[in-house]
Amino acid sequence: MSTDAISTLRVEMPSRPLVAKLHEWVTTVDHKRLGILYIAYALVFLVIGGIEAAIMRIQLIRPHYNFVSPGLFNQMFTMHGTTMIFFVVMPLLFGFANYLIPLMIGARDMAFPRLNAFSFWLTAFGGIFLYFSFLGANGLYGAGSAPDVGWFAYAPLTSQTFSPGHSTDFWTLSLLVSGFGSIGTAINIIATVLCMRCPGMTLGKMPLLVWLNLVMAVLVILAISPLTAAQVMLLVDRYLGGHFFDTQAGGSAVIWMHFFWIFGHPEVYVLVLPAFAFISEIVPVFSRKAIFGYPAMVAAAVCIAFIGMSVWAHHMFTIGMNSNANTFFVLTTMAIAVPTGIKIFNWLATMWGGKIHFKTPMLFAIGFLFQFLIAGLTGIMLGVAPFNWHLGNSYFVVAHFHYVIVGGILFATFGAFYYWFPKMSGKMYSEALGRLHFWLFVIGFHLTFDFMHIPGLLGMPRRIYTYEPGRGWDTWNLIVTIGVFFQAAGILVFAGNLLRSYFRGKTAGSDPWDAWTLEWSTSSPPPEWNFAVVPVVKSRRPLWDLKHPSDPDWKYE
Amino acid sequence: MNTTFMTTPQPELNWELPARGRTAMFCLIAAESAIFTIFVVAYLFYIGKSLTGPMPKDVLTAPIFYTICLLSSSLTIHLAVSALRRGNIGTFGTWWLGTLALGAAFLYGTANEWHRLIYVDGLTINTNLFGTTYYSLVGLHGFHVIVGLLCLSIVMVFTLLGSVKREHVERAEVLSLYWHFVDAVWVVVFTVVYVIGH
Repeated sequence: MSTDAISTLRVEMPSRPLVAKLHEWVTTVDHKRLGILYIAYALVFLVIGGIEAAIMRIQLIRPHYNFVSPGLFNQMFTMHGTTMIFFVVMPLLFGFANYLIPLMIGARDMAFPRLNAFSFWLTAFGGIFLYFSFLGANGLYGAGSAPDVGWFAYAPLTSQTFSPGHSTDFWTLSLLVSGFGSIGTAINIIATVLCMRCPGMTLGKMPLLVWLNLVMAVLVILAISPLTAAQVMLLVDRYLGGHFFDTQAGGSAVIWMHFFWIFGHPEVYVLVLPAFAFISEIVPVFSRKAIFGYPAMVAAAVCIAFIGMSVWAHHMFTIGMNSNANTFFVLTTMAIAVPTGIKIFNWLATMWGGKIHFKTPMLFAIGFLFQFLIAGLTGIMLGVAPFNWHLGNSYFVVAHFHYVIVGGILFATFGAFYYWFPKMSGKMYSEALGRLHFWLFVIGFHLTFDFMHIPGLLGMPRRIYTYEPGRGWDTWNLIVTIGVFFQAAGILVFAGNLLRSYFRGKTAGSDPWDAWTLEWSTSSPPPEWNFAVVPVVKSRRPLWDLKHPSDPDWKYE
Repeated sequence: MNTTFMTTPQPELNWELPARGRTAMFCLIAAESAIFTIFVVAYLFYIGKSLTGPMPKDVLTAPIFYTICLLSSSLTIHLAVSALRRGNIGTFGTWWLGTLALGAAFLYGTANEWHRLIYVDGLTINTNLFGTTYYSLVGLHGFHVIVGLLCLSIVMVFTLLGSVKREHVERAEVLSLYWHFVDAVWVVVFTVVYVIGH
């Protein structure tokens, strides 16, 4: 069989010098290698962003602590937010999308392999450029300082008057550059999904992961572009003396908020839709059942993207909009809970009556379901304008969106790591270490982010570098910081597991989970050409059809 | 068996997918439209909010002639692509060159207008909100015209070297989509700047 030929080929390849290997990685246009580059890049920044978070939490562990200066604290929360959104979560999700979409639709590569490489290197440059600011920006604090205007960089703080030097420009330019990379990747994903599917794979037969990434890519195009436009305006203001956000010349600081959040809220769905995509693949396989309500899942995703474009100003209730605007954005924010709820019910219905295998990916998926539900509920609370007036910009908000991003998106992504690690590396991870990672992270996550809601309710605002004792915040902050160490331990176990398994893990084989989508039909790791023969599919679970020729899915779909 | 599962392609299956070049260009146009939308919204939002002069009604005159130039270049590029589809390279080159000339004429018009605004009327990007939004929006569009002209010129050079053939019609068509978009955006910019904002 031709796979045997493939594996022999792999073994017989002479080992090349390190420089040649590196050269291959730097010049690669292979979607799998670029996917892994994205993921590796994101993991490096995950550690950096995590260290920044830890520095903030240590500073807040007790009142009147002087671990870092107020200035450095400002830089830490700005860099932490910017890094985690733009240089951790987005590259992670793009990495998985790059790796998996062509394999799942039976294609040999993305539609535009060179554009793909270009997009990755733009994103990579953006991140490195942002961090160069620690050395190269002549900001408010003398030579060498990082951006310190917060990750949404409200005007007029970003004007030359209040942010002299170049720290803000590093923020602007790095997001501009990586934004072009994101738009390139989004165009590539859409073109790949629409134009590269193998014969028989109609839109209604695509795996849900592909569907959700398609919707994500559309949202990237509609959401990142406004940010690009706003960043250009900010540059015009800062370098050419423009007045877009200059209140003294009649400009408006509020319009920056609108422009930023027209990007900022759809961005949340850009991040969460691929997380939904992972869950939609993991839950059926480990429940041994086909996904429940496939058409409803697709419709809900499209619906989320559609409503997601019209909820942005719920980030702005506290700035004082008129009551019509408040009402509109409260109602749209409530409405978006409906398709999201449909998704949660469908995952539960998939598990219902299934034969659930509690492997590490499934553990993370179940953690995701619980935590994302709670994140959504606090989201509804914050979506009510009068409630928001009390808790806007408090630690309650910080706890809410970390519940979404860590408890939801990061948990789903960890699940995806364990689920597809055998495919990407060809090796099996350690189940024991995976479970240890899961439990450490669950404990750490809940210690940190459950208890973070309470100082918020007690009135602790976000972004303060220290606080007075005796306001009832002390104990909660201590608990929150303790949770960080559990999470850090979890990450160490995770990294150890990946490395140990890569070098000494058992061989995984092409289909360790007895799964149903096309990526499991090729060897692990897949050859450069993915499929020796382009597959032809007849149902949503092509591999099920092949394994059960007497009872194929296409008879029932 | 724990190895590759394969199926043989079924020749009877009629399987056609959209062309990736066109698809990607439509996506790019969607992204560009979003960028322009933000600039247009900013322009509309700041109409009449300048604290000092000059105001649009004092200094702006609608560039009717150059607008006609740009809009008719959509027609010429369409004729060029049609000629290429028929395999008529000579006609293709002529219409393509005509498109280039019309685009360049439009840019000349913008340059003239800006020169007058800066040196006669004293309006620059940092004079007032009108200046900021006007130069940004018209400049963003002008930038797209320049990019389009550069791409058109590359094709023109290849045509003169004789390497553009009938089989390249799809690529020329993808480029023409971009050019149509640049023209369509001008209709919006013209309406916003010279009609609504006047």
